[in-house]
Amino acid sequence: MSRRPYVRPISRTGWWTTQKRYTEYMAREVTCVFIGAYTVLLVWGLMRLSQGQEAWDSFVAGITGPVGILFHLVCLAFAFYNTVTWFRVTPKAMPLMFKGKRVPGTVIVGGHWAAWAGVTLVVLIVAGI
Amino acid sequence: MVDRQIEFKILRYDPDSDEAPHWQSYSVPCDPDWVVLDAINWIKDNVDESLSYRWSCHMAVCGSCGMMVNGEPTLSCKAFLRDYPNTIEVEALNNFPIERDLVVVLDRFMESLAKVKPYIIPKEPRTAEDGTYTQTPAQLKAFKQYSMCINCTLCYAACPQVGLEDGFLGPAALALAHRYNLDSRDVGRSAREDVLTEHDGVWACSFVGACSQVCPKDVDPAAAIQQAKIASTIDYFKERLLPGRSR
Repeated sequence: MSRRPYVRPISRTGWWTTQKRYTEYMAREVTCVFIGAYTVLLVWGLMRLSQGQEAWDSFVAGITGPVGILFHLVCLAFAFYNTVTWFRVTPKAMPLMFKGKRVPGTVIVGGHWAAWAGVTLVVLIVAGI
Repeated sequence: MVDRQIEFKILRYDPDSDEAPHWQSYSVPCDPDWVVLDAINWIKDNVDESLSYRWSCHMAVCGSCGMMVNGEPTLSCKAFLRDYPNTIEVEALNNFPIERDLVVVLDRFMESLAKVKPYIIPKEPRTAEDGTYTQTPAQLKAFKQYSMCINCTLCYAACPQVGLEDGFLGPAALALAHRYNLDSRDVGRSAREDVLTEHDGVWACSFVGACSQVCPKDVDPAAAIQQAKIASTIDYFKERLLPGRSR
């Protein structure tokens, strides 16, 4: 009798395809690429704004064209998935106690959605929509 | 009372004769109330006495009978056959080396556990004459959930980071460290800080959350680790920004 432990190989590139929950995790992580891309677009817009009316008008024309609208829709979809998945796990990082009892996860997630709705409302009012 | 015939495919590995593990099938006449562990015991008693696996209590307390059942880390004593199809694949827990058949090498888990000092570090040494510690229900509630761990290591088998990062301390050990940090009787937080915040500690967790999904005791190690990340971040800034505080 001898000891010869066998180590099962793990694919360093394909591990996330082996289980549904790993794939869902990777989908959540990939959304950050689109959040990042949209952030770059916003910074680009600010830069164009600083260059004067003509530069700003051409930037607005770009983002309101078919490609610009498609980019917005794709980013919106990924941002929504990012928000839903991250809000869903917030109770894990926030073990809130109230009167000696743990606040239910649904309340914490609901609180995040309420805050999101509030901030969105303020943005829409400020934007004059 | 035999209810149905179930085909068990079990990953076998004999270090004395096998180069690599291989699947072996057994047809088992199963009782309606059986769990996977009962069927494996039946195989050992009636077909193949060389089949090796760990088990003890048969009631989801000892934490020894963890196996991959149809690809999911599971306590085989808790896996009722009525919830499974007529073919069941059983193999040793993922992310651990296989010692033999369904028995894994637990050295890495034991070493990780020792590193996080999973015991109460009191402010002053106490003797039995000093009496018991007192703790309010709220103080108990702060950590009780994380103290329910039975060291079954299902969370290690579920966590992709454990498989990819050799040194990662892993979910159960980190959750236990957080459990002691939250305990009002313990002052060992700074003694655990280095091991928790180093590369292989909480920051190696990418929050897949699989550990909490497979935990048979609802310990929720993913929650413990995220909370430990927040606590370590607050400590980091406190140590650098508040006067009179140093490590």
